[in-house]
Formats: sequence, C-alpha cells, structure tokens
Amino acid sequence: MIDSIVPILIVTLGAGTPLIFAALGELVTEKSGVLNLGVEGMMLVGAIVAFITASNTGSLWLGVGAGFAAGTAIALIFAVLTLTLQANQVAAGLALAIFGAGFSAFVGKGYLGMALQSQPRGDPSLLSSVPLIGSVLAELHPLVYLSWLLFAAVSWFLYKSRPGLVLRAAGESPTSAHSIGYPVIRIRYLATLFGGAMAGVAGAYLSLVNAPLWMEGMTAGRGWIALALVVFASWRPARVMLGAYLFGGVTITQFFAQGSGIGFASQAMSTLPYLATIVVLVLISRNLTLIRLNAPVSLGKPFHPDR
Amino acid sequence: MKWLSPLVAAGLTVATGVILFSALGKNPLLAFYSFFVAPINSLNGLSELAIKASPLVLIALGLAVGFRANVWNIGAEGQLTMGAIVAGGIAIHYGGGALLLPAMILAGALGGMAWAAIPAVLRTRFNANEILVSLMLTYVAQLVLSYLVHDPWRDPQGFNFPQSPLFPDAALYPILLEGTRLNAGALIPLLAVAAAWVFMRKSFLGYEMRVAGEAEDAARYAGFSATRAIWVGMLAGGAAAGLAGVGEIAGPLGQLLPTVSPGYGFAAIIVAFVGRLHPIGILCAGLLLALLYLGGDAAQIAINLPAAVSGLFQGVLLFYLLGADVLVNYRVRVVREDRYPRGGAAA
Repeated sequence: MIDSIVPILIVTLGAGTPLIFAALGELVTEKSGVLNLGVEGMMLVGAIVAFITASNTGSLWLGVGAGFAAGTAIALIFAVLTLTLQANQVAAGLALAIFGAGFSAFVGKGYLGMALQSQPRGDPSLLSSVPLIGSVLAELHPLVYLSWLLFAAVSWFLYKSRPGLVLRAAGESPTSAHSIGYPVIRIRYLATLFGGAMAGVAGAYLSLVNAPLWMEGMTAGRGWIALALVVFASWRPARVMLGAYLFGGVTITQFFAQGSGIGFASQAMSTLPYLATIVVLVLISRNLTLIRLNAPVSLGKPFHPDR
Repeated sequence: MKWLSPLVAAGLTVATGVILFSALGKNPLLAFYSFFVAPINSLNGLSELAIKASPLVLIALGLAVGFRANVWNIGAEGQLTMGAIVAGGIAIHYGGGALLLPAMILAGALGGMAWAAIPAVLRTRFNANEILVSLMLTYVAQLVLSYLVHDPWRDPQGFNFPQSPLFPDAALYPILLEGTRLNAGALIPLLAVAAAWVFMRKSFLGYEMRVAGEAEDAARYAGFSATRAIWVGMLAGGAAAGLAGVGEIAGPLGQLLPTVSPGYGFAAIIVAFVGRLHPIGILCAGLLLALLYLGGDAAQIAINLPAAVSGLFQGVLLFYLLGADVLVNYRVRVVREDRYPRGGAAA
C-alpha cells in the first residue's frame, strides 16, 4: 500500500509546487490592492527565460534566478502602467497575459521541443533516513522545499510583521495608509514585483523541473488556475497550500487513470483541472459573506496620492 | 482626443517593430516593407487581410457590448471553438442542400452563446468571476475539439491525421472574388458593425449597459438590471465568437482541424480596446491586427523571423495604448510621495 502511495504523493507535491509559487506571489500582490491578471504571461516568460539560461549555462539555479528576474521585469511593465500611469488593471493584466504568450513564443522559437540535460541532485541519503516519510522527502526537488519556505515566509510576513500589516493596509484602505504617511504606491510596486518574481519561479519550475523542455503555452492555464486559487483560498496562505495540492492531485489523475487502463479519452481527463477550477470558484464565490470578509477591499481599484 | 491614443499606439508599435528588426540584424526598411506593406499590395493580399480581419472585427464587436458594461468575457476563443464544433458537426452529418450553410450559421451562433451562457449563469447565480470561468472553458472547448477530430469525427480517408473530412460545397461560404479566398462570410462583420452601432447608440438597452459600465451606482439607482447587462454582454460575445468559428470552418479551413483559430478570440480583446469599444474604431483596429497576423506570416518567409512576432506586437500594441491613454488624457505632474512625513518607513 505504502509503495503505491509514495509515487502518487511525490508527483502530487511536484504538480502543486508551481501553483504555490504563482498563487502565493499573486496573493501578496492582491493583498496590497493590485489585481494582476497577467500571471499566465509572467509564468510563460519566466519559463522560457529560465529554460534558455539553464540550457546555455547548464545550471538549474541560474535558470531559476533568470526566471525570477524575468518575472520581476515583466511585472514592472504592469506596475508602471497601472500604478504610475493609472491604467485599468484588468486591461493591463490581460495585455500582460497576451504579451507574455507572444514574447515567450518569439524568443523560444529556437528552443522549441529541445530537452534539458538531466540535473544532478544533492545527496538524498540524509533525508531518506527520516522515519516513515523519508522515502518521499528524498525524492522531492529542492524547489518543493523552497515553496514550503515561501509559505512560511509569506504567512509570517503578512500576519506577524509590521511591513506586512502596512501592505495589507494599502490593500484595504489606501487613503488611510497614505494619510498616516505610508508610501502606498511604492508598497504596491514592491508587492507587484514580488508577484511577478514568484510567477517567474513558477514558470522556471515548469520548464526546468516538471518537464525539462520548452513548448509554446506550456503553462496550459496554470497561471489562471493560480488566480482562481487565490479566490478559493479566500486570500489565506494556508488555504493556498491546500488548494494547490488538491489541484496538483487533480492534474495528475490523468496519468494514473491511463496507467491503470481506465477507458476514458485522454482529453476527458485533461479537462479535469479546468472543470475543477470552475466548480471550486462557484462553491467559494456563492458565499458572498466569505468573499466580502476576506477580499482586500480596494482590490483592483487605482489609488492616486493626490486624491 | 479619444482617437489620438490608438493612433499613437499603432505608430509606436510599428516603430518598435522597426527597432526590433534592426536589433535582430535585419535591414529595417526591408523588414518594414515585408511586414507591413508587401502582404497587402495585391488584390490577393487585400482579400487575405479581409479574411483575417473578419473574425477579429466580429468577435471584438460582440465583446465590446459586454466590455462597455464591465462584463469581461475573456473566453471568446473557446466560444469560437464551440461554434465551429457545433456547425462542423452539422456539416459532417448532414450532406447538403441549400439550407446546410444557414443551419450551420445558426447552430454556430447558438453554440457560441451556449458556451458563453455558462459563465453568465455562474456569475449571475453564484457570483463566480466570469473572466476565470470563461477562460477555463476555452481550454475545455479546445480539448473537446481535439477529442472529436482525433476520434469520432476523424476523416477515414485522412491517413490518420487528426482532421475531419472536407466539408461538401454546400457547407462553404460562396467565394466573392474569383481567384482569391475572399468569401461571403466577410459580409457578416460588416452587418455586425451596423447592428452594433444601432444597439450601442440608438437602443435603450445599449444605453443602460453603457451607464452600467461608466457609472455603476447611477445604473443601480436608475434601476437598470445588472443581471441583464451580464447576460446581454456574455451572449453578444458568445454569438459573435460562434459566428466567427463558422466563418473559419466554412471559409478558409473547409473542415475541422485540432485548432480552428490562431488566437483570434484573444486578439479580438485587443481589437476591442484599440477600437475604443466603438464599432467603426473596431473595424479599423481589426484591419490593423489582421495586418499584424499577415505580417508575421510574411516576415517568417521573407526575412526569416518567427511568426510568433505578431503575438508579441499584439501585446506591445495594447501596452502602448494603455500608456498613451493616460498621457493623452491627463497632464503629467511628478508627485513625490516621500514629501509626506514618515514616508518610506514601511517598505
């Protein structure tokens, strides 16, 4: 029994990891009052830049760093448009999603279908000596551990630290935060860039670890699912983790269904994550009180210091 | 002033293109010519422009009805696919006759509307975000199409390629210009421009929806139904996208393929914004985006650039538009936040 659970657990944790990075990043962005719908585009840019870097340098971590930087850079475009130039956040986010798809397809043309050399792993013997779950821990990619660290850091930052409190204030009532002297626009800038960086890392995870190759549109809607996850989690980091692993589990059911010879068309199984997203959105959103209590009050509303 | 920023954005996009081409070591003049001029300096080129612009204009008109009321239907690509599936199913299963094409047109529009009705009902009944739902349904529609052309609707004589049989002639729009691919389907967007103008400018419902978008509180105070605005906005987009799907399979494609649209449903969002949600503006913006598509194809052949460059330009165009809007509509004044006390203490 344990033998069949272990691989399922490992793959589920792996499939949930990009969603954790992207959704926790977007969570911080949204907590500051900024709705960035361009997660899918930022993930794609992160994925291709990370892939190009890793395949030219042979270093996984340089690739992850490049994905981080690329996500930040593209989020900066969004931040300038919406925060400095006060453009509509929905429109700018859609532009970011479309631009990211086009940009990644353009620069990735020469890398299409190319696969990465397999990456050397650290010494897993230490982890595998942990009782009971050691065999799972040893198989996990370091980025999975980093995603847990990110969860701890984001939870602590938002709810236990003073800057986190200020960030939430900027998302709840920017006018009040501004009137007592906090730089709302700068806070929102930083939160948006952080969201971009995390989406970039999520993209890097997809193109370097999940399936070490580049395909156009390889994020396959995960950026949008991450946006839905933030709603599903009612803007709470712990529920993001839960949701991400639930979706990770849904994403991989198709492989296990195929493996066990269930006679469904592969396309039917592939629709599951998308349908699950819709179901989950409906279940959460119908509870208006829950949404009103938890959504940042000023989410998506522009703020100008003069007003 | 309203029209200045789209023009500025278009100009800046072309300029960016020329700079990008030079940076890639291409002759900028040659690149400009082969991207923006060569594709349309023949009758055939112009008819190809019309073929590409048709779905863009049609979908953008439908989306604009919703966008005006802040109803964000982002899943036009999926509604287009569903329209093509329903219409294609009819073409495959019912051999011919004069009624085949009209039946496909009707079915395609209904298919697109049905697919758009799902986010509408989930939004109005359960408050679920229509952006995410309509987008998720796009992936589902594409998977349904993939299943159909790989399995039940696959052409038995198609050498195992995932494609449906070629449609009979009765299922295709008649050719308008001999020697080109320009077909009667291109007339539908023109009719739609007129219809959209009448709806937006002359009908009370169109007025209600404009108020709902521009002043939500005023609309609520006046008793305009938000639910109706969502339904009308979503269904208009769905019908237009479904019709565009019919236009593809009954026009240039002539059969069902695993992909029936090169992202028209997403590009149409840009067309709607660049066209300022105005029917005539959308017509012009649709022609511009169609030229970007054609230019991308031509640039691949003439100067060996990946065709994906057109997707890049689409995003850049929308960025410039959003930026230009602010600079055109407002006077820019630099305000430093940290002249206030305690500034910067937090971040």
